Amino acid sequence: MEITVTVNGRSHRLDVSPNTLLVDILREQLRLTGTHVGCDTSQCGACTVHLNGDAVKSCTVLAGQADGASVVTIEGIGAVDDLHPMQAAFREHHALQCGFCTPGMIMAAIDLVEKSDHLDDAAVREGLEGNICRCTGYHNIVNAVLSVAEAKA
Amino acid sequence: MSATGIGAPVRRREDGRFITGAGQYTDDLHVEGQVYAVFLRSPYARARITDIDASHALSGEGVLAVLTGDDMRADGIGDIPCGWLVKQKDGSDMVSAPHPPLAHTFVNYVGEPYALVVAKTQDAARHAAERVHTDFEELQPVIDLATATDSVEIHEGVRHNLAYDWELGDRTATEQALADAAHVVRLDLVNNRLIPNAMEPRAAIGRYDAATGEHTLYTTSQNPHLARLILSAFVGIAPEHKLRVVAPDVGGGFGSKIFVYAEEAAVLWAARRLRCPVKWTAERAESFLADAHGRDHLTHVELGLNEHGRFVALKVQTSANLGAYLSTFASSVPTYLYGTLLAGQYKTPNIYVEVHGVYTNTAPVDAYRGAGRPEATYVVERVVEVAAREIGKDPADLRRMNMIQPGDFPYETPVALTYDTGDYEKSLDRALELIDYAGFSARRIEARQRGCLRGIGMSCYIEACGLAPSQLAIQLGAGVGLYESGEVRMNPTGNVTVFTGTHSHGQGHETTFAQVVSDRLGVPFEDVEVVHGDTGRVEFGLGTYGSRSLAVGGSALVKASDKVIAKARIIAAHMMDVGADDVTFDGGVFSVRDSNRSMTIQEVAFAAYVPSNYPLDLEPGLSEKAFYDPENFTYPAGTHIAEVEIDADTGVVRVVDFVAVDDFGHVINPLIVEGQVHGGVAQGLGQALLEHGRYDDYGQLLTGSYMDYCMPRADDVPQFRVDTTTTPCTHNPLGVKGCGEAGAIGSPAAIMNAVTDALGVRDLTMPATSEKVWRAIRGAKGGIR
Repeated sequence: MEITVTVNGRSHRLDVSPNTLLVDILREQLRLTGTHVGCDTSQCGACTVHLNGDAVKSCTVLAGQADGASVVTIEGIGAVDDLHPMQAAFREHHALQCGFCTPGMIMAAIDLVEKSDHLDDAAVREGLEGNICRCTGYHNIVNAVLSVAEAKA
Repeated sequence: MSATGIGAPVRRREDGRFITGAGQYTDDLHVEGQVYAVFLRSPYARARITDIDASHALSGEGVLAVLTGDDMRADGIGDIPCGWLVKQKDGSDMVSAPHPPLAHTFVNYVGEPYALVVAKTQDAARHAAERVHTDFEELQPVIDLATATDSVEIHEGVRHNLAYDWELGDRTATEQALADAAHVVRLDLVNNRLIPNAMEPRAAIGRYDAATGEHTLYTTSQNPHLARLILSAFVGIAPEHKLRVVAPDVGGGFGSKIFVYAEEAAVLWAARRLRCPVKWTAERAESFLADAHGRDHLTHVELGLNEHGRFVALKVQTSANLGAYLSTFASSVPTYLYGTLLAGQYKTPNIYVEVHGVYTNTAPVDAYRGAGRPEATYVVERVVEVAAREIGKDPADLRRMNMIQPGDFPYETPVALTYDTGDYEKSLDRALELIDYAGFSARRIEARQRGCLRGIGMSCYIEACGLAPSQLAIQLGAGVGLYESGEVRMNPTGNVTVFTGTHSHGQGHETTFAQVVSDRLGVPFEDVEVVHGDTGRVEFGLGTYGSRSLAVGGSALVKASDKVIAKARIIAAHMMDVGADDVTFDGGVFSVRDSNRSMTIQEVAFAAYVPSNYPLDLEPGLSEKAFYDPENFTYPAGTHIAEVEIDADTGVVRVVDFVAVDDFGHVINPLIVEGQVHGGVAQGLGQALLEHGRYDDYGQLLTGSYMDYCMPRADDVPQFRVDTTTTPCTHNPLGVKGCGEAGAIGSPAAIMNAVTDALGVRDLTMPATSEKVWRAIRGAKGGIR
């Protein structure tokens, strides 16, 4: 089947199978490899992207469901010389080590901050419950997200 | 201290690519013409393979081959070796059962690979794998560690399923001291099996160039040179000079990516057979089944104390589950990385340990963050805690009165190590101060009013990092040296390329090592580039594990930098027309004593490559290599204190406060060091409260996904409070000790001491799940305060 999907502001017409996952078209067809796959049960959140403005796990969305949609990936939110505030906060707070969970964590965190009025330590931890990091113990991730939330408030 | 020098919290330079999605992990690589492999894995814990019928699979569209263990053996591919030969009590060698990369006759654990399907697409390979019909004759598996030595033989000729029966220390003296002790504490402990779960699943791409005979392996490895050595010398995939191993960005390892795995050998072999690049990426389910697991000990410990509370003897008997085959360093973990650490921070005069290394029909067990040292710390710090409670002494006081004192160093333990330096009381005092130890009873009372049981527990750990020296390790059975190599190359324009044999899988070496070299050479931090992870670019190396990279690899870079400075001094002296002894070096500038003449190291570098005014007897160029072989381990140590609250109705345990005070020697980048502690403590918390790799009686893995294996999430962990004390390592040039594993070593015992304190029970096995804790609350008649 053919779908049209806008990814990071660019429109693509793609030929996909009914069982193709959104993460597969991002990684395999568009070679946007910043979105990672860390599990096979929708638990780890490494594949989190924004679909029409909502954070979703792209391993759990069929490509067909993204037909006509707008997708933003980690590559679409900022560049090394023009970082998104969340990217900058992750670097400033040393909120990443191996970096594998980081793109998904950043995309989830942006969504969390955008959609929450008041975030404290506990709310950030609950909000990131669907993203697993094995390296950082979450300590600096939580601090990074809180710093962005405070700057917004 | 400069903004980028030693001791500065420099923001990591590798982050730029990771936060923008530009990191390049193995699965992100796309090699032109690549095809895809899917492995067929045993569904049984122990079986004989009687037939593999691939005809249906081969008829599928895009399917290129189904390759079996027999095919591999016929091609002369060798077994995967265990890299450390342990001698048994009687002096004989341990028994290492053959470990073919692909099983051919017998399979010995669920998930063991026995064949692979290669197809043009991932989907085609997956579908074809479903259509291979394999007949197995099921055999009785051996799963339970406690009864494994009395069960059927897994491997022919391996009696009692014992890989080894090993000991260390003086048995007679220890048993006599226990018999004479005023008080003996006996405890049976379980160190739960863990599954490492680096967030990046393993992946590998094999590539073969028929025109040149060159093989390339892209893989998720912590130590690409070791992979090349083993794949070449033992597995026989290709000669070493025709095999390049590249480990690009590696998404965590925690030990699990040290080892050489079957899939790495198989994709190289398949690529050569099929004449096209072959790529494999693990699904998480495969990671659970076939990555090497960690821990899994059963231990009986006896601690003897005299009438004053001094430790007089420690006797430890451990069964260590090694799984179905001996993985790369499996044999060393429960022996030389465990038994040697049982002195802990204490002056116990008599220590004896015996370890049975046991085969079972489960996934191989090998080093996982801490590797032997968390197990040793758990034994020592749990039994010491129980001793304090039984003789009615404050746990901090009992530890303090038994600690090795600053004046005792170098301190030779009864279990073969010589600690070079430390100040254990200082870390203990700082941790007690941070947690407000004196105020705990008030906090406990306050918690009780909220229906919560509050407990406090500490752990005073020591670890041995940067395994060394090579000669001793090789005498004790290591198959490789334990030095590290480095090269510091000043380029003609004055910037620096640094090559190191260690390899980061999240530790930030590109930043830390640049800080070290820029500080030493006096060149700007931005002008130093660090290269690692590629046998085609880095001469040799042993990789990153055991908290060794800075202490060993960083020291090699210091040594190489000093060689660069020494040569540059000769060039500078020549150019300034004085003797080398008249030239000083500071902050990147060579100056003539008592004069205003000077030149920068960058100017010297240019002169070294464009040698017009140059010493006749000196080679051009300014690049130096060094191998650094440490004379001893380093000994990071510290105190971790946990406070937990348990909901008395539900049994849910929350770590409400955690203090870690660690002595890592000098710290190069405190930001990175703190991050290492946070991550390690979270893994230790996972072991104590959440994680348990469990098999059923048939050897099926019950915890084979994130639905069943409980990884710590953001809301499972508290804010950590971290501080350091400093006694510099006495024998490496940076005075550093290593910080990568401490968090995972100290924290499990601290948390379990807190949980048992809260519950008023003697012991509880990890993980302290809400169910276990709830049952303990119901069972502890009058025991709950």
